[in-house]
Parts: sequence; C-alpha cells; structure tokens
Amino acid sequence: MKRGKDLSLRAVFGVPLILGVLALIGLVGALLENGLWDGLGAALLVTSAAAVVWARFRRR
Amino acid sequence: MKPGTIRAWSWVHKWSSLVSTAFLLMLCLTGLPLVFTHELNHLLLDQSWQAADPNAPKKNLDEVLATALAREPGDVPAFMSFDEDRPVVNVTSRPADGPATAFHFQPIDQTTGDPAPPVAGHPLLEFLLQLHTDMFLGLSGMLFLGVMGLLLIAAVVSGVVLYAPFMRRLPFGTLRLEKAARTRWLDWHNLLGIVTVAWVTVVGLTGVVNTLATPILTVWKNTALKELTAEYAAPVATGERASLDQAVARAKQALPGKTLQFVAFPGTDYSTDHHYAVFFHGDTPLTAHLTTPALIDVRTGELAAVAPTPWYVKALSLSQPLHFGDYGGLGLKIVWGLLDLATIVILGSGLYLWLAKKRGRKA
Repeated sequence: MKRGKDLSLRAVFGVPLILGVLALIGLVGALLENGLWDGLGAALLVTSAAAVVWARFRRR
Repeated sequence: MKPGTIRAWSWVHKWSSLVSTAFLLMLCLTGLPLVFTHELNHLLLDQSWQAADPNAPKKNLDEVLATALAREPGDVPAFMSFDEDRPVVNVTSRPADGPATAFHFQPIDQTTGDPAPPVAGHPLLEFLLQLHTDMFLGLSGMLFLGVMGLLLIAAVVSGVVLYAPFMRRLPFGTLRLEKAARTRWLDWHNLLGIVTVAWVTVVGLTGVVNTLATPILTVWKNTALKELTAEYAAPVATGERASLDQAVARAKQALPGKTLQFVAFPGTDYSTDHHYAVFFHGDTPLTAHLTTPALIDVRTGELAAVAPTPWYVKALSLSQPLHFGDYGGLGLKIVWGLLDLATIVILGSGLYLWLAKKRGRKA
C-alpha cells in the first residue's frame, strides 16, 4: 500500500464520528417515540454494521 | 502523539482489556439470547391459558386480595401487580411473623378469583439472566461485573485514543486482507471497534448503572421515601386499612393518563409503614420505564403525596432498556444482536492480537 503523509484527526475520526452520532440518535430516538422511530432507530444504528459491510466488499 | 504517550495508552488498553475479556465475553454470549427474551419465551413456552370468562365483570382489588389471603392464612400482603395481556392480578404475600424474604406468589384470574398459571420465563433464559446479572453471587457478583464494565469503558477510551496513531496513514475502512493474519485481524479489530464505539459505550455504561440497582434503590428507600413517613408514629395494623380499590382509584385520579403498574403494601421495601404506594408508568418507550408512585394514606385512603422518583432512580430505570435493547421492536433487537456479535469479534481479535504479539516476541 502506498504510504502518504499523516492524515489529520478530522480525516481519521470524521466517518466514525458521523456513525457514532447516527447511532446515538437512533438509540435515543427509538426510546422517545414508538412507531416510525422504531424502524428509524434501527436503521440509524445499523449504519455502523453497514459501514463494515462496505469496507469488506468495496472495490480496492 | 509521543511514543511514551502511546505506550501509556497501550498499557491501559492492554490491561483493561485482558483483565475483563473473559467476563465481557460471558456477558456478550449470555446477553445475545437475552435480547430476544420475549420472542424466545413465546417460542419455547406454552402460554395458552385464557380466563374462564373473559367478558365477566372484574372483581375489585379488595375482593382479589381477600381471595389471595384466604389461600395463605396468616399472611400479610406485600405487593400486587397486574398482567398487561391477560386479566390476572398477581398477589405477593408473606407470613406476618416470617422473614421478609419468604414470599408467596399467587396469580389470580380477576374475572373468577380462580388461580391462574404463573408466567415465568424459560428456565434456560432465567439461568442466563442470573449469570448475566450477578453470576449467582448476589450483590458482590453484580458489583464485580460493574467493575468489569468500568474496565470496558477504559478499554474503549484507550482504544479510541490509540486508533489515531494506528490509522494515521490508512483511510477509514481499510482492511488489508492480503496481508498476514495479524495485520488482517488488527484491521478488523480497529474497524469493528471504532464503528461500534457509541453503542458499546452506551451498553457498557448502562450495564454499570444496572449493577448499582441494589444500592440505588436502598438509598431511595432510606432518603426520599423515609422523609414522607417522618410525621407518623406507629405502623398501621392490617384491620385499620382503608379500601385498596378506592386507594388505587384515588391514585389514578392523581396521575391521569398513566398505566397502573403495581401496588406496594405498607411495610415493604417499596413503600412505608403508613402508605399504599401505587406505582404507575407511562406509555412511550421512555416513560414506560419511568415509574411514579402515588402514596395513599393507608388509614384514610386519601392522597398523601405524588413522589416522582429522584434522578438516580430515573437513571437506573432508563439504563435497563438502553442496556438490553428491548424497547424499539424486533428490528432494533436484530441490530442489537449484530452489534453484540461484533463485540464478540472485537474481544476475540484483541485476545488473538495480544497472543500473536507475545508469540512474536518469543520467536
């Protein structure tokens, strides 16, 4: 793998931070409301798992 | 980050993980089926009981209580709870002169007064829950698992700090699958660890709060509830008590729109010697876990106080759904299960990386 210069903290933590915020919104949203938020909460939380699937199968 | 700083955080990550890994693996393995407790109980247990006459008028609570106490002569009432999906009232009583732990539990068909079968969890799930909660060691087991939870938080925080130097030249999501096993597993460990960090932190912290359930409830009973009884001199004899049915009706008036959860009788841990404590909960996933007791003076049947639970009891109540993930339907439970499996891989790969590093040093 070609090695370049160091990434910034923003580049390192940007995507994990977004995934973390989405997961927290999902966790709390599903706790606050029934109905729509049940599905939405699960969908927001599953983005973390989706990121792993994306990393495994993306084109290299 | 300076090499010394990285070494210090590595030390924290290594030891907080190593000390707790076996217990965290046990918690993840037992927690996985517990997420689906409702579904598994439905699948594994035959719960086909129906009330003899579902359309018959329901007996009032005083009649139900009298029926229950007639079947356990010499007992005094301790708790009364209400099934949500069948017309059954559960009366818990204990011998008047016996130990406070010797309870008799009677589910009663509210339409006929006949005994109803108890709704118990499947023995395997009950076993897993006990193992998950306190490893059959009571309070000391719970507190020990709480310490393991704190070590998990230390491992998560140190893992996030170490993620930066490890990933400083690798874009997010890098999996070097063509490299040696150690590098592959390091990438999996880093990726799974960083994408699950929010969920693991929430489940870990709420798990720690849950392990403090006993001390939290003890503090509540010894402070907030005790203040309400300061003006009373002596416990009220059973014969001097006002109607339970009217007491519950009065409590419902004080908390309209709430759902009746259970009644704690005078002298129990959840009440005082002078009140019926009538507990209600709300109807949203959030408020369903937040109980509010209305205290009814047991002599007069009048409302003595509505006593919202203090913040630390609310924190405990909210920690339960956020730990078990049983508040947002089956979809959320399935995601919860996936993230639990991811955590098992994180723990296993962390152990593998430590062993591989150790072997590499020896070679």
